Amino acid sequence: MKKLVLPALLALTLAACSSTGPETAGTSVEDRGAGVATVTAGSASGTGIAALTDPNNILSKRSVFFDFDSFVIKPEARPLIEAHARFLVQNPQMRMLVQGNTDERGSREYNLALGQKRADVVKQALMLLGAKEAQIESVSLGEEKPRCEDRTEACYGENRRGDMLYSGEF
Amino acid sequence: MIKTLHAFRPLHAFRLLLAGLLASLALGAHAQLSIEITGAGASRFPVIIPIFENEGRLPQSVTDVVRADLERSGLFTLIDTGPLPMPESVMPDLAGVRARGADAVLTGSLIPLADGRYEARFRLFDAQKQQELGAMALPMSPAQNRLVGHRIADFVYEKLTGLPGYFATRIAYVIKSGPNFELQVADADGMNAATALRSREPIISPAWSPDGTRLAYVSFEQKKPIVYVHTLATGQRRVVANFKGSNSAPAWSPDGSQLAVVLTKDGLSQLYVVSADGSGVRRLAQSSGIDTEPFWGADGNIYFTSDRGGSPQIYRIPASGGGAQRVSFDGNYNVSPRLSFDGKLLAFITRNAGRFQVAVQDLATRQTTILTDSARDESPSFAPNGRMILYATDSGGRGVLSAVSTDGRIRQRLTVQAADVREPAWGPQIR
Repeated sequence: MKKLVLPALLALTLAACSSTGPETAGTSVEDRGAGVATVTAGSASGTGIAALTDPNNILSKRSVFFDFDSFVIKPEARPLIEAHARFLVQNPQMRMLVQGNTDERGSREYNLALGQKRADVVKQALMLLGAKEAQIESVSLGEEKPRCEDRTEACYGENRRGDMLYSGEF
Repeated sequence: MIKTLHAFRPLHAFRLLLAGLLASLALGAHAQLSIEITGAGASRFPVIIPIFENEGRLPQSVTDVVRADLERSGLFTLIDTGPLPMPESVMPDLAGVRARGADAVLTGSLIPLADGRYEARFRLFDAQKQQELGAMALPMSPAQNRLVGHRIADFVYEKLTGLPGYFATRIAYVIKSGPNFELQVADADGMNAATALRSREPIISPAWSPDGTRLAYVSFEQKKPIVYVHTLATGQRRVVANFKGSNSAPAWSPDGSQLAVVLTKDGLSQLYVVSADGSGVRRLAQSSGIDTEPFWGADGNIYFTSDRGGSPQIYRIPASGGGAQRVSFDGNYNVSPRLSFDGKLLAFITRNAGRFQVAVQDLATRQTTILTDSARDESPSFAPNGRMILYATDSGGRGVLSAVSTDGRIRQRLTVQAADVREPAWGPQIR
């Protein structure tokens, strides 16, 4: 059995979903790195946390790409979604943040809403395959965190995506 | 291996500055906004603004600020009359003013006060009608030359155009420089820039409280969009919306007590209202599509973007609740609505043959006019007098701010060297 120390980020966040935060004075940015907790990887299943960062394991791949103006998961992304859904089912203590992204064209706030639709589609697909709602938060980064900054169709395609991040990775 | 996996480091490169109070904290010259006039009104009003009597005693000029404001507005031509002051206490030679081709003249003096301060006294004369248009006196410290200059320019502008001036207002915007984001506040002429928030993650959608003391904005510092309210004088911040999912697009109610926000806690992006302290969330509207970008108009309506009809269009809904009414009809992409303070004009971004441009609609006649010929315009924001619209656009691959008059004639560009400027918001007029 492996023991890993990971920041207990998502667990904290999901529990603290109320709107009214405490009055903060600029240090609040540090909050996410503040707490740590011990997470035990599922041992019975054989799929441990190490698989998430093993380049030879499909679980190390985290991005689902979308066509222009599309919110449909393409067939080639299915094996990746299935692998992560299986991992979430086998490791019910694991939490995931799905970040939706868009290309840079158009209004930032409208793109934020479009990115949310992409994140939601990924989340729903994972849940259809057995992941629990409480394990996954879907959020949007809109056009704000482009992976590629050129104004080319290839770049835009790389930026239209959903990323799956586990506790400790964001 | 994806990049996000490496993002373990704490976000320590982050601190708050007291914006507004600390003009001396203005950043180095590299971060200064510079303004360039790229278009002017068809007929410009010729005026004479001589140096004020005793102005040489100040370390920094007042009348230079007045002149630059009026010139930049695109509505005035300054006629130079040399280095001699025209004291406020002396009746000017109005025939001589006319002979120089000017229609108005501002006379002024700085009267030294016992405590080292001054009183700026000034009078404006109409040279055509041979009459005084008004006079004012403003006490000032020598360091307040810019503020007092803006107030004097407001006075001249209002007397000669009939519209309130906007020179003594502030703007907020975001600068992206490499991996760093800064939310800055500056005077409307780009001077006195001060950083309110510095972050390694994006900051978008700043919105001024109606009293000009606070900014609401969306920060991604927690790796997801969360809405904050930031008090400029103290740097104090408060989370006002951090629900599961995304939180974005804050818009103040006209009385400053509430914010319209967009939340995804119940699914798609939808409109909600929260108190300015983050309490008491309630849903404002319900649709089967995306609803976002609310703007809370003084007319009691909330204007917003929705794709409920298939393409993103502008709708409005009474802030008290009720049915949504579609406002934009031309084209298949109309977003980012902003209502002028008098409620007559709606500014927004329209996609026109693949180009994103600033448009205005006269709400009474439904006449829509495209004001720009650029391709990547975003985030329009009215000056408090409703005459100019500030927006973000692109120049040579770099983010810049531009302003255009609602008749499309007057154009200005605001740039920061070696950085992207974006997400402008023009602050309110504080009387």
